[in-house]
Amino acid sequence: MDIQSLSGGFENAPVQSAHAFRTALNVLSRPGTIMELRGANAPAPVSEAAATLLLTLCDPETPLYLADTHDTKEVRDWIAFHIGAPLVGRAHAHFALGTWEALSPINTFPIGTPEYPDRSTTLIAELDELNEHGASLTGPGIKDRAHLGLPEIDAFQMNACLFPLGLDFYFTAGTRVAALPRSTKVEAD
Amino acid sequence: MSDYNFAYLDEQTKRMIRRAILKGIAIPGYQVPFASREMPMPYGWGTGGVQVSAACLTPDDSFKVIDQGADDTTNAVSIRKFFEHTAGVATTEHTVDATVIQTRHRIPEEPLTEDQILVYQVPIPEPLRFLEPRETETRKMHALEEYGLMHVKLYEDIARHGNIATAYAYPVKVEDRYVMDPSPIPKFDNPKLEMAAIQLFGAGREQRIYAIPPYTKVVSLDFEDHPFDPSKADHPCDLCGAEHTYLDEVIIDDEGGRMFVCSDTDYCSKRQADGHRGRLSPIEEAAE
Ligand SMILES: [Zn+2]
Repeated sequence: MDIQSLSGGFENAPVQSAHAFRTALNVLSRPGTIMELRGANAPAPVSEAAATLLLTLCDPETPLYLADTHDTKEVRDWIAFHIGAPLVGRAHAHFALGTWEALSPINTFPIGTPEYPDRSTTLIAELDELNEHGASLTGPGIKDRAHLGLPEIDAFQMNACLFPLGLDFYFTAGTRVAALPRSTKVEAD
Repeated sequence: MSDYNFAYLDEQTKRMIRRAILKGIAIPGYQVPFASREMPMPYGWGTGGVQVSAACLTPDDSFKVIDQGADDTTNAVSIRKFFEHTAGVATTEHTVDATVIQTRHRIPEEPLTEDQILVYQVPIPEPLRFLEPRETETRKMHALEEYGLMHVKLYEDIARHGNIATAYAYPVKVEDRYVMDPSPIPKFDNPKLEMAAIQLFGAGREQRIYAIPPYTKVVSLDFEDHPFDPSKADHPCDLCGAEHTYLDEVIIDDEGGRMFVCSDTDYCSKRQADGHRGRLSPIEEAAE
């Protein structure tokens, strides 16, 4: 294990994870809202926002899937040291990390069951950039209409049709994060 | 800081609660199971709400606790002190200054904003429990949207009383999907469930967390011929004169004298400070 794998965690875990959670809660509660999320640094190509999400939400109780783009020895070591999440295949993942292309097709992840729709995967999709232009969003958390640049439209429309089952998404780019819960209706703008 | 748990709970427990909160936000009105922890206070004192607050609070927050609208009951004071000690969080009695508000049985009168989180203490999270005691069955009913029995029960109320008698914990349907118990708030508060703030519900003994994101559609169950009526008392507040608030009846002497005052004490004092007066307001000396 090299030094890079041992560094990059929270210096003050209780306080930093509390702030990071509030950001995670805020962006998921207000789809389309982009916020800054900093604090953790994992080996490339994991963004600071994605590393901070992992450190805040994942632990030995949350099996994690690493898509090809993020499945490197350095990233695995970092996760083993800081998080302890077991690395698993798509079918058993509570969380998944990768670029959007590497995570696709997303219909390979669990969407929950009618009695337990919460038993589904939360995807952390790394994007090149995040901006508040693009797909048109309506639904819970959105007053009238919000906009968010999404890597595609169809996958999210199909996901929303599964409601209350389905996947939830965090999008990360550098130190920025946005989210899209399964309850959001997505249309091309 | 390392041998001290911020907001009482250890990091792994808070992560588990935080994940449940996020699932609740993603599936509005759905009851997410979570592994409730023992808290240093008895059930019935809002251990579910306390755990949700513990998972949400940061040292930058300003925390308010209300119990039936009041900030000064034993329950509210203990919870406020608990978080002052364990999270070093600032506390306030002013709704407008609070970033996180934990509540038992009321929604503040002051409309909440996008920068606020309202945490409810929930005794019985399952709105179908009185119809069906078995958890496996109620879970199935939610899965299949089998809410017919609920409607039958409400309609029986109308047949018997001429109206729906349920005055507290009046059931709602969230985003056209899940029937949800809004906790024992008066049905007067139900229309406020559609708000700008994030609403989180925690039931400790029953180990459930659920949520309503901002601007989510929340409809009180009713019938075309008997629309929902939040039933406002037909007198104003005796202290601030408000005609639009939820009132508590207070006995004021041994002769059966009584007065009606805003249940939301912060709202009422703010109105009085702003110069509003009611029937029983103290007579003021005329200013020279
Ligand atoms: Zn009043």
